[in-house]
Amino acid sequence: MINKIVQSMAEAMDGIKDGAVILLGGFGAVGQPNALIDGLIEHGAKHLTIACNNAGVGRVGLARLMDLGRVDKIICSFPRSSDPVVFETLYREGKIELEIVPQGTLAERMHAAGSGVPAFFTATGVGTKMAAGKEHREINGRTYILEQALRGDVALVEAWEADRWGNLTYRRAGRNFNPVCAMAADLTIVQSQHIRELGEIDPDHVVTPGIFVDRVLHVPYGDPSGF
Amino acid sequence: MPDTALAADFKPLTRQQMAARAAQDIPEGWYVNLGIGIPTMIADYVPLDREVIFHSENGVLGMGPAPAEDKIDPWLINAGKQYVTLRAGGSFCHHADSFAMIRGGHLDLCVLGAFQVAENGDIANWATSENDTAPAVGGAMDLAAGAKRLWVVMDHTTKTGESKLVRKCTYPLTAVGAVKRVYTNLATLDVTPEGFRVIDMAPGLSFESLQARTDAPLRQG
Repeated sequence: MINKIVQSMAEAMDGIKDGAVILLGGFGAVGQPNALIDGLIEHGAKHLTIACNNAGVGRVGLARLMDLGRVDKIICSFPRSSDPVVFETLYREGKIELEIVPQGTLAERMHAAGSGVPAFFTATGVGTKMAAGKEHREINGRTYILEQALRGDVALVEAWEADRWGNLTYRRAGRNFNPVCAMAADLTIVQSQHIRELGEIDPDHVVTPGIFVDRVLHVPYGDPSGF
Repeated sequence: MPDTALAADFKPLTRQQMAARAAQDIPEGWYVNLGIGIPTMIADYVPLDREVIFHSENGVLGMGPAPAEDKIDPWLINAGKQYVTLRAGGSFCHHADSFAMIRGGHLDLCVLGAFQVAENGDIANWATSENDTAPAVGGAMDLAAGAKRLWVVMDHTTKTGESKLVRKCTYPLTAVGAVKRVYTNLATLDVTPEGFRVIDMAPGLSFESLQARTDAPLRQG
């Protein structure tokens, strides 16, 4: 019997190595797998590269992971937030490397990695400093730049519902980067508000099919407004 | 020419008036992404019976206005991370699909704020120097390169009076040759192959006064 549901955070985090590239779902606090980030802190892996849209708020979650010196590099589109104190301090002191990626390019780099597409051409960033050093090609009269797929060793994902095969649904704008992170990593770990029986999630409503998921931890924390 | 010599009897548009002016030009049926700041306010000036569908890059299509205090859904935010609502017919999607709408040319219009717009349509709106501390681009480059049309709403000049409509952008670019129209507190202008063409001006403002406040050369009519 396939059962991707794990019973403890330690089991969920098992095997994450120092130096791992970690894809992190979420847009601001909505859809961000905060419990798994705390689990990663507890797990202790360091020299991490984190790819996600934002660079943490306040001193909790991702900001705390960075504050503890576990993150060598962050790949994101918008490191600023309402309270980016940890990131900005580390960045100013030269203690963290930053790779800025346009938001759509970031999503597509993960999507491509999950789809077996090693690189793709896009018009986003042409003529800007994002294009520096990248291959340019004219296709049907328009100039594009080549962007590389972004694969993770690990994806940390927040779902609304999950079953033991790893089928997932999401809630409202909490979907955001989660499905593309899930498909782009070697080890996809999910925290889910609800655990459903197999067959209970309407097949028409499954957003991330279980093939993209390795582990599911039940984390019924409520709503994201407290973060 | 000293500015006092140009002091004419005109009133620059307020932020609300700029948003309302841009809203006039959005027809029913368009799919529209509004950037942070004055562009976000445009939605308030599109009459409810004119069906314009608003997109937010965090995966919301059919976004409605801000909810009442007691109707907040903590899972429903816009790209500015403010609470919003979903109109009947609205839907959610993941980030790659949301940006497929943007990058695949499916949005009829994107309206952004900007630091500078050049007469060839170049836009600079994400960083004010080459060495910005922790630059943050978000979805601006995707929107500017991907939407069918890009309009900009911004003040005509900086707080210190420098023109934001320029011959050539001096700030880092967001996209090249992308802007089609600019709404400022002084005028509405199209970006044409010949440069900026004035469509209308703040009441009481003369073309000469507008030109005197603008770095780039303007054309009338």
